[in-house]
Amino acid sequence: MAPGRVPFSKVLIANRGEIALRVIWACKELGIQTVAVYSEADSDSLHVKFADEEVCIGPPRSADSYLNFSAILSAAEITQADAIHPGYGFLAENAEFAEACASCGITFIGPDPEIIRQLGDKAGARRLAERAGVAVLPGSDGVIDSETELKRAADRIGYPVMLKAAFGGGGRGMRIVRAPAELQDAYGAAQAEAGAAFGAADLYLEKYLDAPRHLEIQILCDRHGHHLSLGERECSIQRRHQKLIEESPSAVLTPELRQQISAAALALAQAVGYNNAGTVEFLLEPDGRFYFMETNTRIQVEHPVTEMRTGIDLVKAQIRVAAGEPLWMGQGEIGFRGHAIECRINAENPATLTPSPGQITAFNIPKGMGVRVDTAAHEAALISPYYDSLIAKVIVLGQDRTEAIARMRRCLEMTVVQGIETTIPLHLRILADPDFIAGKLSTRFLDRFFQPVARAPISA
Amino acid sequence: MKLEELQQLIRLLRSEGVTEFELEEKGVKLRLKRERTGGRRSGSGAAEAALAVEAPPAEPVAAPSASKDHLIKSPIVGTFYRSPSPGAEPFVEIGRRVKVGETLCVVEAMKLMNEIAADANGTVAAILVENGQPVEYGQALFQLALDR
Repeated sequence: MAPGRVPFSKVLIANRGEIALRVIWACKELGIQTVAVYSEADSDSLHVKFADEEVCIGPPRSADSYLNFSAILSAAEITQADAIHPGYGFLAENAEFAEACASCGITFIGPDPEIIRQLGDKAGARRLAERAGVAVLPGSDGVIDSETELKRAADRIGYPVMLKAAFGGGGRGMRIVRAPAELQDAYGAAQAEAGAAFGAADLYLEKYLDAPRHLEIQILCDRHGHHLSLGERECSIQRRHQKLIEESPSAVLTPELRQQISAAALALAQAVGYNNAGTVEFLLEPDGRFYFMETNTRIQVEHPVTEMRTGIDLVKAQIRVAAGEPLWMGQGEIGFRGHAIECRINAENPATLTPSPGQITAFNIPKGMGVRVDTAAHEAALISPYYDSLIAKVIVLGQDRTEAIARMRRCLEMTVVQGIETTIPLHLRILADPDFIAGKLSTRFLDRFFQPVARAPISA
Repeated sequence: MKLEELQQLIRLLRSEGVTEFELEEKGVKLRLKRERTGGRRSGSGAAEAALAVEAPPAEPVAAPSASKDHLIKSPIVGTFYRSPSPGAEPFVEIGRRVKVGETLCVVEAMKLMNEIAADANGTVAAILVENGQPVEYGQALFQLALDR
């Protein structure tokens, strides 16, 4: 970038919590003025305090504040922001919002609305991936239109199958069906859930893999046809499709397999003309076969894992690319060092994962070599019940996986959060687990940490 | 703290350009905040301490106000205008009696004019923002002296 040239003069951050702060860090380093928007529940939040300007946009409910298009665009208008960074969640993958920004002459820091739309339709994205030559899980041809089609598709794919919301994520609107007899009930239930959670009851069907690994590739693309892969993240440690621990590199990827999966991600990026940052998710079977799952057209929660290994600031890259800059490095210039692990610390009971809002009374975050903490929490912070329960991300970089695990354990043992419950005890249990240490991971890994209480069998 | 002391303090803070102030002494906790404008600048942020404490009375206010006064707050983010169109007469002036549902001003958001109506019967005691000023959600626009 030419010295003295700033990508945008003012960026409005349409988000809250740790990611809003993260975007402010990037903007400050780039010399960009920042505008924070906040609900009444967040008036004392750090992102509000550290932004150059702040605008209250509504009451606590997300629908009335962080999801409120017109309030956010009005805030951009009255502060004369020239770009909006949507963070993750909220409006980050909302094509209508991206379009509304464009029609107001405000740059949306992310892919074009049409790309968000195409890849946001999970069923359509599968078709795009197939056309790009990327292997996809056997599945229905798009959204299921009728019960007849449902049954035919399930028979063709072969049980077990998974019903998934076409416009969903986060584990909702999904049902596993192991036998034909369960199909109809599962269909009704999944439709209801999807309708309630995402406003669209559209479902598609996919083969259900029993214990795959979840691997994702971070891609970074500009508006000039350059597409880069920034390596993989393994995110198999999940509970109800919510990630708890992510790491890179994945212990099971050979250089060849890594090459193949990266190439598949880039093939899709090229095929859709992808722009800005994104993540292409795959499921990996023990025999090395991998299948495209979905693409997230936004910066992700676990992006620091990739930043620690590559030394590339992804949020700054997003901003610069959105301003029209071409990418300033080639694929061959991207270096990867060490092993990175991230633990998502949630304000939840570590045994049940039920939310634990409240006021933090004591707070000490870990520090030292190879340690990074992304958080908007602090002593006296009020963790409200209105938003997600993520309070901090602890990321470590070690020379190898053994050091990374030891470093993470040391960090979590020295993290103090009082006044609320956190998932730290659960993370420590996972990090001490022999299977985790041996790298034997799958998306079923956490099942045995949450065994249901034994019940008397129901008589037939 | 006596009323004169409080008034002196407010004058001092205003003349020094302080926007937020917190004091705790002898069992009294006090928090003062100057009336915010939409998109207001909070400086580098480094100087502001966490201000989560409430003072008796319960609401942070720019100046002590009579308890029978009622604030009309903006329900949206936008630009405040006192008249329906440029050059037209303002909807209300200070001293004007208003009824529930009567339009007090418009707040323009994204080229749409939103009329803001009185939600109580009373008299316009103060107009707290200037014509053309950006306002945020919850920002106080008018002070009404309520009908008894």
